[in-house]
Amino acid sequence: MSAMLTAKDFTTSQEVRWCPGCGDYAILKTVTKMLAEVGARPETTAFISGIGCASRFPYYVETYGFHTIHGRAPAIATGLKLVNPELDVWVVTGDGDGLSIGGNHLLHALRRNVGLKILLFNNEIYGLTKGQYSPTSRVGTRSPSTPGGSIDAPLSPGKFALGAGARFFARAIDTDRAGLGEVLKAAHAFDGAALTEIFQNCIVYNEDVFADFTDRKTAADTQLHLQHGEPMLFGTDNEKGIRFNSETFSLEVIDAKQSPEQLLRHDEKNKVLALLLVELEAPMALGVIYKDPGESFEKSWYAQRLNGLTRTGKVNDALRSSNTWTVT
Amino acid sequence: MSDHTSMDSIIVRLAGDSGDGVQLMGSQFIASTALSGEDFATFPDYPAEIRAPVGTTFGVSAYQMNIGASPITTAGDTPDVLVAFNPAALKVSLPLLESGALIIINNDSFTARNLTKAGYEEDPRETGELDSFQMVPVAISHLNLEAVKPHGLSKSDSGLCKNFWALGLLMWMFDRDLSPIEDWIKKKFAKKDVVRDANLTALHSGHAFGETAELSEALPRFNISTADMPAGEYRGITGAEALALGLAAAAELSSRPLLFCSYPITPASPLLHRLARLTDLGVGTFQAEDEIAAICAAIGASYGGAIGVTSSSGPGIALKAEAMGLAVNAELPLVIVNSQRGGPSTGLPTKTEQSDLYQAVYGRNADTPMPVIAAKSAGDCFFTAIEAVRIALRHMTPVMLLSDGYLSNAAEPWLIPDIRDIEPIVSNAPPQPDDSRDTQGMAFERHPQTQGRPWITPGMPELMHRLGGIEKDIDTGHISYEPENHQRMTDMRAAKVNSVANFIPPQALELGPDEGELLVIGWGSTFGPIYQAVQEIRRFNSDVSYTHLRYIHPLPENLGELAGKFKQVLIPEMNMGQLSTLLRDKLGLKPTPFCKVTGLPFLITELTERIRSMLPPVVKAVHDPIAKGKAS
Repeated sequence: MSAMLTAKDFTTSQEVRWCPGCGDYAILKTVTKMLAEVGARPETTAFISGIGCASRFPYYVETYGFHTIHGRAPAIATGLKLVNPELDVWVVTGDGDGLSIGGNHLLHALRRNVGLKILLFNNEIYGLTKGQYSPTSRVGTRSPSTPGGSIDAPLSPGKFALGAGARFFARAIDTDRAGLGEVLKAAHAFDGAALTEIFQNCIVYNEDVFADFTDRKTAADTQLHLQHGEPMLFGTDNEKGIRFNSETFSLEVIDAKQSPEQLLRHDEKNKVLALLLVELEAPMALGVIYKDPGESFEKSWYAQRLNGLTRTGKVNDALRSSNTWTVT
Repeated sequence: MSDHTSMDSIIVRLAGDSGDGVQLMGSQFIASTALSGEDFATFPDYPAEIRAPVGTTFGVSAYQMNIGASPITTAGDTPDVLVAFNPAALKVSLPLLESGALIIINNDSFTARNLTKAGYEEDPRETGELDSFQMVPVAISHLNLEAVKPHGLSKSDSGLCKNFWALGLLMWMFDRDLSPIEDWIKKKFAKKDVVRDANLTALHSGHAFGETAELSEALPRFNISTADMPAGEYRGITGAEALALGLAAAAELSSRPLLFCSYPITPASPLLHRLARLTDLGVGTFQAEDEIAAICAAIGASYGGAIGVTSSSGPGIALKAEAMGLAVNAELPLVIVNSQRGGPSTGLPTKTEQSDLYQAVYGRNADTPMPVIAAKSAGDCFFTAIEAVRIALRHMTPVMLLSDGYLSNAAEPWLIPDIRDIEPIVSNAPPQPDDSRDTQGMAFERHPQTQGRPWITPGMPELMHRLGGIEKDIDTGHISYEPENHQRMTDMRAAKVNSVANFIPPQALELGPDEGELLVIGWGSTFGPIYQAVQEIRRFNSDVSYTHLRYIHPLPENLGELAGKFKQVLIPEMNMGQLSTLLRDKLGLKPTPFCKVTGLPFLITELTERIRSMLPPVVKAVHDPIAKGKAS
């Protein structure tokens, strides 16, 4: 085994060119640190991205990297993973790249359960093209293309993923290094498609759009950090909790001290619970929301090919395998 | 066998409803033809609808085949034998026939209802319009039902056996051994005993009918000359099969795995189906969610060190265009197979056309050059596939391979090559890791003759680099927006594609002298009819030559010089003159286009008429043995 690497070993010589203060810097730092911590090797790691601010990511990571075209990173990554399933393949995408122009590819990568670790940088805006509203923008978002406010209902990445049949869905905040680091490690360890939605603050076009739950001063009361098997508690003194209301079929906040017996425990394999958690807005559910492993696409693909992509036959024999005749 | 009519070649057309099993009947007859050592060419002509309304003219599915002594390069213009399963099939096929042709009709289907559906106001059997043909009405439906009755199938299932009944009759007419077809039926219906037995009964019953029926007076029997083909081992092959095997051969010749990524589309899908069965040849297949995902997954495969291949037809190729640009800019190998069909838009999905040449050569945003090559026959698809991979790996570039609907489905006998005789395919080897150098730049050290960069793939230690569709510095490989650099990169990409011409053979003539009055230039699947037409003309007039292009972009370097030695150049194409435009653009030629866009291949007569109209009148007598001698 080679020597332990550090975050620095995963950092390229390229000058990082995101806007000063962009949430992407924090994500980059956490990702390189995580790569070192999970023992990733630069030569067997590849970052594939589409187009958008987030998609510049591969230039800054000292691994293999491919900055492709708008929305298509999951498809390119699928081809790469099929021919070399031993690689750690990360996909970096954004709300426009992954859910608008590339929605179809993301959907199919998730339902196929291709072993890709997909990082969806959600800032609810098109940054690189200068601030148009995105498919995750809230109704009423004023932007150069929607001066009167956007009118279409936003897409929920969590509901999209679970609806598509994703077997792993997690959420984290860009600047929450501990929380983000933890879900990235879980995604890395997952055998199959793992989608992590990262709430990323675009300080130029959509500043503080997530402030209602990312503000550190109020975070204890606005964030619900999920741990598998643990009761769902939040608040400065864990005095609040979540229960299931069977009348309304929804989750609700209760006083955890008064009714501890009603507290829900997180079960990351429970898909119905996951759907309820992604619906919840206050508090915002963070961490691994859903994780239910199943056989990955590439495993099933190779299971049908006993010799993988290794040649066991000869073309010369295949050419002669049908009815042949000889002319003398 | 004195009762047999001996012929050099014969054209047989089978026509019926799209549910009548005509395509199967035709391909089985061809399998037996191959085994009897005759040359052949086929033309499956079927509607876009899987089951078009029964009995209508637009629901007619036909299979035309030309069999006999070589060289047979097309399915022929005028059928000598027509088997028509219903009035609509008769109506659609009749205009193709000449007086004296033999017509076998399924007499049971000539009901008032079917005649109306076919648009016949009166029964053609009674109007005299068939008088100039040899008409043989046979109660195919009834005889088949009677024959298979003992097997206890439902009436509709029994009716499905009638193609094998008719095939049995045809096999008798051509004095063919039934055993290959029996074997096929046994294998195909191995798990359905009753269906297997019923089809075997139908086949034998049709054959016995020919032998015993009193009608046999009316049914001529044919003794077709076997072809005078070069010695060797042969098989029948369609373009789709040859492409699949050619791609697998290219994988073996380059010692690389191959990943074929595709989305279903007519008429390209048979290639996906064929390749899906070649798993033991290092071939993987992936049916993607759409055309764009298909090419992108293929690019991902190439990025990972396998030969990435995608395939589609015109509309799907249009969707892939942006990703082709990525492969050009990232300098990755890739093969894009286009089985062209009639367009625009959905157009004529099941009909053939060559109208994607502009799209292949010019159809991308920006200055995005890409080599384009085209296959000329079913068997040639094998070699063209190998050549496409060879160019892609040598120059690290995507390559477009043009086939078409006709080539995909048409079958011909094929002298099986030995792939050990084919030069191995070399790819650009990765450099040795070197701590003192920037690995980013090492990934872009291009070969001076080919501009191919090293094929460094994820997994290789100490060679990590970043790749992208964004412009990069020509030396360091880092992102660059420098004006001068973009010019140099654009020049490099153009030089790369142009350099392909240094590796291809000079353009040669298929027929005729190397200078004179008229040069016919063809490309793609028109090879069959043009070859036959020029050969026919040359029996009377030796002042016509023929050359056929495999390399569309870049063109062979000597093509301009070769064409310049002729007073006139004629380019027959199944489009509105796209190769003519290209040759005007690239070589300054002034060709005469001869265009046909009916969705059907050229007839030989159409071509001979056109060629003849461009030649000065022949002074010598047609049967002048000297003129004939000169021509050969």
